[in-house]
Amino acid sequence: MYSKKKCVAMLLAGGQGSRLYALTKNVAKPAVPYGGKYRLIDFPLSNCTNSGIDTVGVLTQYQPLVLNEYIGNGQPWDLDRMNGGVHVLPPYETQAGASWYEGTANAIYQNMRFIERYDPEYVVVLGGDHIYKMDYSKMVDFHIANNADCTISVIDVPKSEASRFGIMICDEGNKVVDFVEKPKEPKSTLASMGIYVFSWNKLRKYLIENEEDANAKRERGESWSKDFGKDIITSMLANNERLFAYEFEGYWKDVGTLDSLWDANMDLLNPVNPLDLYNPNWKIYSRNENMPPQYIGENANIENSMISEGSNVDGTVDFSVIFAGVTIEPGATVKYSIVMPGTVIKSGAVVEYAIVGEGCVIEGGARIGKDPASFPDRDEWGIAVVGHNVKVSGNKVVEPKQIIADNI
Amino acid sequence: MNVNYDVLGLIFASMHDENVDELAKKRTMGSIPFGGRYRLVDFPLSNMVNSGVSEVGVITKSNYGSLLDHLGSGRAWDLARKQGGLHLLPPYSQTDSGQYKGRIDAINKVGSFLEHSNAKYVICSDCDIVTTIDFSNVIKQHVESEADITCVYGKCLYDYEKNSTTTILELDEENRVTDVLYQPSFSGECNICLNMFVMSMDFLKTVAADGVSRGCYSLTRHVLQDKKHNYKIMGYEHKGFFTKVDSVQNYYKANRMLLDTEKRNALFTKDMPIYTKVGDNGPAKYGIEASVKNSLIADGCIIEGTVENSILFRGVKVGKGTVVKDSVILQGTEIGNNCNVVSVITDKNVVISNGKNSTGSETYPLYISKNAKI
Repeated sequence: MYSKKKCVAMLLAGGQGSRLYALTKNVAKPAVPYGGKYRLIDFPLSNCTNSGIDTVGVLTQYQPLVLNEYIGNGQPWDLDRMNGGVHVLPPYETQAGASWYEGTANAIYQNMRFIERYDPEYVVVLGGDHIYKMDYSKMVDFHIANNADCTISVIDVPKSEASRFGIMICDEGNKVVDFVEKPKEPKSTLASMGIYVFSWNKLRKYLIENEEDANAKRERGESWSKDFGKDIITSMLANNERLFAYEFEGYWKDVGTLDSLWDANMDLLNPVNPLDLYNPNWKIYSRNENMPPQYIGENANIENSMISEGSNVDGTVDFSVIFAGVTIEPGATVKYSIVMPGTVIKSGAVVEYAIVGEGCVIEGGARIGKDPASFPDRDEWGIAVVGHNVKVSGNKVVEPKQIIADNI
Repeated sequence: MNVNYDVLGLIFASMHDENVDELAKKRTMGSIPFGGRYRLVDFPLSNMVNSGVSEVGVITKSNYGSLLDHLGSGRAWDLARKQGGLHLLPPYSQTDSGQYKGRIDAINKVGSFLEHSNAKYVICSDCDIVTTIDFSNVIKQHVESEADITCVYGKCLYDYEKNSTTTILELDEENRVTDVLYQPSFSGECNICLNMFVMSMDFLKTVAADGVSRGCYSLTRHVLQDKKHNYKIMGYEHKGFFTKVDSVQNYYKANRMLLDTEKRNALFTKDMPIYTKVGDNGPAKYGIEASVKNSLIADGCIIEGTVENSILFRGVKVGKGTVVKDSVILQGTEIGNNCNVVSVITDKNVVISNGKNSTGSETYPLYISKNAKI
């Protein structure tokens, strides 16, 4: 027996995150560490719990080991429920054969049975790679008030960046009249945040149609796709369904690239940063390891930084985000950098403007990254990146923009 | 030792409350916050779990609200189980409810809990000792030596003026207990009983029934002292780091011992982690003018000022221009701007307003009670 749910959330966590390179070599993008003690997926999962959504399907495909282990039974997010809770949904085999998820729409299509067990009125579709705090229940209320078939959460972006996003063109009543993916000349600055609320009966219909349509095209040798933005939203618009844009105000960051991941961490150190991780009424939950509090040594010099449990800091840390269980020895310097869990920065190492992955060892004398001030041409400069479990020997240098995935 | 259904853990959460009056005013010994993010009960509980014990009863007396809140279902210690797991044993209503007269009385009153267990051995522990210990070695010695009772002890300096409710063991070459002294009036290096005992379940039940029928409720006085020649009482030396919380001063000292890297590493090991209830705080945040040296800082702290030689529990705020030195600052304390806080223990959620000073001394730290506003 499954009791009826008003709302079921489906979280698309299958993305490879190829633009995060070394950081997603062995882990799915939603499991990438962020903000000192979180992983990206903590944000949508915590938002669900805080919004009163207690049934979440997580669609995984790429390198799911770390992600599955991390989600576990969902207890850290209060999603270990008798009825509902979090469920990891990998692709599976049927009598008709096995198939990978062939796009975001297909991933949900393949899990329609999961959704139907709960007989929901609404399905909330979420991504696993954005940093934001949002009350989805307000968006669902907005959806209901507008008698909408689909509501898309949008954020007003600067005109100069609009061509990087899917752009919604709306009338005065927030009704979507057109949707253009990455337009060269954007007609609006309302960017889709990849968060959708669908009335389930409508979504169901369009998922089935898209599936049949795409499969027919494939048989005819034509190009096909099974994607939310490209296919589902476009056909709903073409059929004059009621699509509405729900404007979100607040902090929202897409962390699709190494630069944006670094930026999003640095945002936390900004004193006027609007993303408050300390609000007891909207906590971001995460799976914690059992570690003692951080110890700050006699030689430490820490300014404007975030440091997490289990760390041992006795060096210089400036404008940086230090994750759990990191050791920074006396005489080591970490500036404008992100150091992920369990990494050791030895005495004499210098890490600047860099992302250092989990479980790394940076030996004394090594130099990771450089201050952009020393680059007359800023285009030549970029964040230096050391992937997970990499050892950097004493005399080695990782240049700005360089990405290291193996020991050097 | 792997999963072991043969051993039951019994934790006395309310023993020695009177030693730390101020701290235990609204809580039990077991729920006194310690070491930045723990409570004292976390140590015996984690030690038992890490030693393979999967069934633990926690005996309380009064003021156990905070203890219940902390332990919950026992999930944080992996004790939310169908088989065994965590059992909270508050005093149930009898004519003299709320008041255990001693460990023997308490054991007798939780008789039905013991009846339901299949365990062959019982580890009893109080909450006043902070240490990391593998009980499986104690059990092993207990079984091999065919003892009736095995007492865990540690060697350390005892000072009758500074320590309280201390039991001291005298042992022969075979580690058999030859004499038991309770709070004797001398000072020096002694074998201090760590208030952890191993007995067989049958022996425990016999001792409890016998004690109650004679009106003898103290395990220390009526069993260890009076029956030292009747029973085979053995000592087990715990050589690892330990510290005893038996006064507010010693509580202050014990917290600050964690600033010693060697002691900290001895207490927090990889193999035997100390589990506690998760707080879901953000990471600690250090401001532009922050200066922090030789301190233990928990998650959720926001530090804008100077912190030295101190322990900051979860969610503590330290304002700009403020200096916190040699202090133990419990969860949720907010210290404003330009304050001077030296040698102080603030209990939970204390507020120290801008510009206020609070100073104690290293030997007698100033204790500021829960929710106080200065």
